[in-house]
Amino acid sequence: MTVDLLYFAWVRERIGLPRERVDTDAATVGELITELAAREERYALAFSDLSALRVAVDQELSSLDAPLTGVREIAVFPPMTGG
Amino acid sequence: MDIRVQPATFDPGAEANAFTAASRGSGAVVTFTGIVRDTEAGTLRHLEIEHYPGMTASSIKAIAGEAVARWSLDAVLVIHRHGALAPGEAIMMVATAARHRAGAFAAADFLMDYLKSRAPFWKKEVRTDGADWVDAKAEDEAALSRW
Repeated sequence: MTVDLLYFAWVRERIGLPRERVDTDAATVGELITELAAREERYALAFSDLSALRVAVDQELSSLDAPLTGVREIAVFPPMTGG
Repeated sequence: MDIRVQPATFDPGAEANAFTAASRGSGAVVTFTGIVRDTEAGTLRHLEIEHYPGMTASSIKAIAGEAVARWSLDAVLVIHRHGALAPGEAIMMVATAARHRAGAFAAADFLMDYLKSRAPFWKKEVRTDGADWVDAKAEDEAALSRW
């Protein structure tokens, strides 16, 4: 399946891209992140500490165990600092 | 419900007056304005605020909707800026209107706690001696358990 990945803040800076489209057979968001981390050093660097990452699935806050079936957009970012 | 996500400056006083003028049936209006704070050493050039355009407004609407339902608010306003903001500039503003002050205060407090940790914004401090992303604080996350 194909999903759009969006990166924000230092995740975006470490990967060097704001967004990309990827093909994956991963079953969950966490599996996709592990797959990317194995792909290249910059992903490994961005995803080295999973506890420091937050994810949104189709623009709703979600978790790493969220299934990828039918998902179109995944965002990966550090804990939010609004306000 | 008035939710605005914008790079442009706004006038907190004018917004508070307009909000109050539109809230005639309410007995209480609470407003909060967040300001860009300089570092203690006075080295902050600006704060760079990044957000997730597809998600920001909808997540703020969901948070504000919860506040309206929970405290029976008559009206709610949230303005949150993004982009480069200099020390002293207003970053964001929350206003709540309710029949009585307890609900207006509690709802504003709730909105601030949730906007800090659940609205997709990220702050980067750009200083004269470098630049760093602002880390989320454990106490901000812990504050959510109050609600």
